[in-house]
Amino acid sequence: MPESPVLKVSDLKVTFATRQGPLRAVDGLSFEVAPKEVVGIVGESGSGKSVSMYSMLGLVRDANVTITGSVEFQGREILGLSDKEMQPIRGGEIGMIFQDPMTALTPVYTVGWQIVEQLRTHTTMTKAQARERAIELLSEVGIPDPRKRIDHYPHEFSGGMRQRVVIAMALSCNPKLLIADEPTTALDVTTQAQILDLMVKLQDSYNSSIVIITHDMGVIAEMAHRVVVMYAGRPAEVGPEIDVVRNPRHPYTWGLLGAVPRIESRNDRLATIPGNAVSPLDIPEGCAFADRCEYRMDICTKRPQLKGANDHLDACWLSDEQRVAIRTKASS
Amino acid sequence: MLSFTLRRVLSAVLVLLAISVAVFLIFFATPGVDPAARIAGRSASPATLEHVRAAFGLDRPIFIRYWLMMDHLFIKRDLTSYVNVGLKVVPQVLKAAPVTLALVSGAAVIWLVTGIFGGIVAAANRGKFIDPLVMFVGIAAVSVPAYWLGEVVNLITQSRLHSSLFAWVPSAGYIPFTQNPWQWALHLLFPWLTLAALYAGIYARVLRAELVNAMNEDYVRTARAKGLSERRILIKHALRCSLVSIVSLFGLDFGALIGGAALLTEVVFGLQGVGMLTYTSLQNLDLPVIMACVMYGSFFVVLANAVVDILYAFLDPRVRVA
Amino acid sequence: MGALGVLVFVALICLCAPLYANDWAHVNAFSSNINGRIFIDGHWRSVLQANTQGLGLGVSPIGPTWHLNNYFLGADSQGRDVFARLLYGGRDSLLIGAASALFCVFFATISGLAAGYFGGVIDWIVSRLLDITWAFPVYLLAISLSVILVSSGFSVGPLHVQAGSLLLPIIIIAFIYIPYVARPLRGIVMTLREREFIQAAIGSGASDWRILRKEILPNVAPSIIVFFPLMVAFNMLTESALSFLGVGVQPPNASWGTIINDGLDLLYTRPWVAMAPGLMIVITAGALNLLGDGFRDAFDPKAKLRGSI
Repeated sequence: MPESPVLKVSDLKVTFATRQGPLRAVDGLSFEVAPKEVVGIVGESGSGKSVSMYSMLGLVRDANVTITGSVEFQGREILGLSDKEMQPIRGGEIGMIFQDPMTALTPVYTVGWQIVEQLRTHTTMTKAQARERAIELLSEVGIPDPRKRIDHYPHEFSGGMRQRVVIAMALSCNPKLLIADEPTTALDVTTQAQILDLMVKLQDSYNSSIVIITHDMGVIAEMAHRVVVMYAGRPAEVGPEIDVVRNPRHPYTWGLLGAVPRIESRNDRLATIPGNAVSPLDIPEGCAFADRCEYRMDICTKRPQLKGANDHLDACWLSDEQRVAIRTKASS
Repeated sequence: MLSFTLRRVLSAVLVLLAISVAVFLIFFATPGVDPAARIAGRSASPATLEHVRAAFGLDRPIFIRYWLMMDHLFIKRDLTSYVNVGLKVVPQVLKAAPVTLALVSGAAVIWLVTGIFGGIVAAANRGKFIDPLVMFVGIAAVSVPAYWLGEVVNLITQSRLHSSLFAWVPSAGYIPFTQNPWQWALHLLFPWLTLAALYAGIYARVLRAELVNAMNEDYVRTARAKGLSERRILIKHALRCSLVSIVSLFGLDFGALIGGAALLTEVVFGLQGVGMLTYTSLQNLDLPVIMACVMYGSFFVVLANAVVDILYAFLDPRVRVA
Repeated sequence: MGALGVLVFVALICLCAPLYANDWAHVNAFSSNINGRIFIDGHWRSVLQANTQGLGLGVSPIGPTWHLNNYFLGADSQGRDVFARLLYGGRDSLLIGAASALFCVFFATISGLAAGYFGGVIDWIVSRLLDITWAFPVYLLAISLSVILVSSGFSVGPLHVQAGSLLLPIIIIAFIYIPYVARPLRGIVMTLREREFIQAAIGSGASDWRILRKEILPNVAPSIIVFFPLMVAFNMLTESALSFLGVGVQPPNASWGTIINDGLDLLYTRPWVAMAPGLMIVITAGALNLLGDGFRDAFDPKAKLRGSI
């Protein structure tokens, strides 16, 4: 009997009313996050990854947005809660890490002040206690000389160090769930690896579940237990990391994996997905990926549903035999 | 921080020097204008003209002329008016300064409070009717000539409703604070409000724009993700960051007003400040006085700018290292 | 849109000033009419009436008649028709506001573009010049320049400006506000210069002139468009203040500022002399500011101009 999930998202839909008509940013996203599990959400930019996370937490402040579906956090429906009801959850039970650490911190306060602010919002700590805890946190995320650095301003830190501060802040209240929105995209390659290592290490000690949003299959391979591949606001493929990476089923995932240069690959050439991501303003009736798909069939004008076996689902009309044929041809 | 302050003060001194040169050029070296005739005033006798030429070394090289002007203005401080013969100019300016200071400081308090309050209210209620309402009042305030508003105020409080609603309003003039604080405030109340109206409008508009921008910044999203209340995000994060631009605006405006821009308000309400001094000397074309007022006015502006930049560095940690 | 309508209306009625004065009201707005008499409500009355209050000394001008063709707003202390003067004054106020804004934006664009694009020595020189002008209290600078120039005019090279000419306030006001526009433009150009498409143009060997004209100018144009109505409003308010102080528009010309000044002595007896031009300024400047806001929203939401004078 698996433990009850920390987060359960069912049929999440996010629509923006624009002058050009409704813009469906997220269209029917469903997934679960078990305790201590790391779920990766992967897709190109504009595929609705970040918007889905922000809308879950009520961070989408657009007056023209409509959010439907259900988001259960620890068995409690949190979609549609008021700001007041969400505040203890945000930062207290769900921590967030953002893409650009350069702009994510308020420039006019010291990092210590900002961590203490969060601690004091969600706990009953005194100022002194919160400050001690903040120093502890900074040292846990690997900031040297935290006792001195705590009184520095964000602009006095490098990008990687700042991201560590953001992580320390997100973890400060021992959240059950950590949402990381492209945490390494804005960093250089060596720093990326360090930050990922740090997140893996901290996940162990804090026992949090993590939802990590990325466009980089390498990050998924490094961290995730389960993967949701998104395209044009819809899930294209969902499954355990090992299955999705070793045995991808959706042509879009093939493209994404091909876009990752791998040492053992026989392909010298860096494969790319032809065409541009579809505009969220005119997503086709049928399969959203059809226009860019090499294996497009007549039936693709109808929308495929997620289906499959053993927890590994995909939304594609290709039959198992066709897929086997295509992949054999490709590797020969 | 200390080196920043020193550098800032040094550059302020340089700017003052440059301004003094500019003033000198305007008053003594404008092509086609005889400075002696302008300084001596209308219908001056040949003897006075001779005296002016000697006092300012108008037949001597340009550097000496510049030096003599500075000498009369700042070192000997014996610049004399030729219209009101024998009147020493610099003491006049120094005597008028407290009136201007009282007028501008009081107005500054009013416009800061109302402007910041208006900006916050408008930004917090974006999309509701109160936001465009505040902004419309702001536009109206910005579009009213301050001196004319003063006249309207005078018309109402001193004439039309003076016998009923505004019977308590004293007649125009200035009572020193040391003499009677209550009368001081009462005499200055309407000048304060009049002067503050324009700036309150500007500040409310600027602050609202800054706040709306700030509320779209990433750090505000972080603050929301931290679970802070909207009120705290607006005040502690967005407002705190927006204050930086308000402070720089304030320094410039305050300096400019002390330095003479309050002149119109002073004239309309009959306050004997530096602005009024400039105005009366304008009426008589009393150039030495105008010159002194401009120099001292610029001095305040530059001083205010320097103070603002130093304050700015306190408010915005990013500036300190630069 | 409403703002634009108001502006056009104000401009139109002001342009019709001679038409109104000559063909409808039959008054001369510029010569005094101390002994004039008008026929109103079936009686002939003097434009200037002997004072009945106090000691009965002096005269006070006739108040508003509210007849559009006959001293609608009354007379000033020289017996001139205030309404006709209001229209004539509006022409000069609008002309000075618009012309000085045009000059100001023109020169500010040149200096801002040159400083921001070429950098180096040019930037240093232009920036220091702007700094010095900026450090001056605006009104004091305008007053200093006006008081020196207004009664004698000046000539620089081929340019010769007569004393009392409308060109004087136009040039002075344009000059003092150059830094207010040039500084933000310089900033915009400096960031533009680092952008890829400008770098690409430089790399492909395009001439500076061509880059400035074809690449930079179109990109700063939205900010200039946003600044323009705000500058007109600014400049109009400054002109009115200078004229009110007696160092702006010189007689026989009139502007709203000079009429307010005329009305100062009549404030408690004939308030309309000072109130009417003030209201016109508020309406016009308000419309211009609203227009600027509209332009800002439409063209360049981030454009910033220092909001105060």
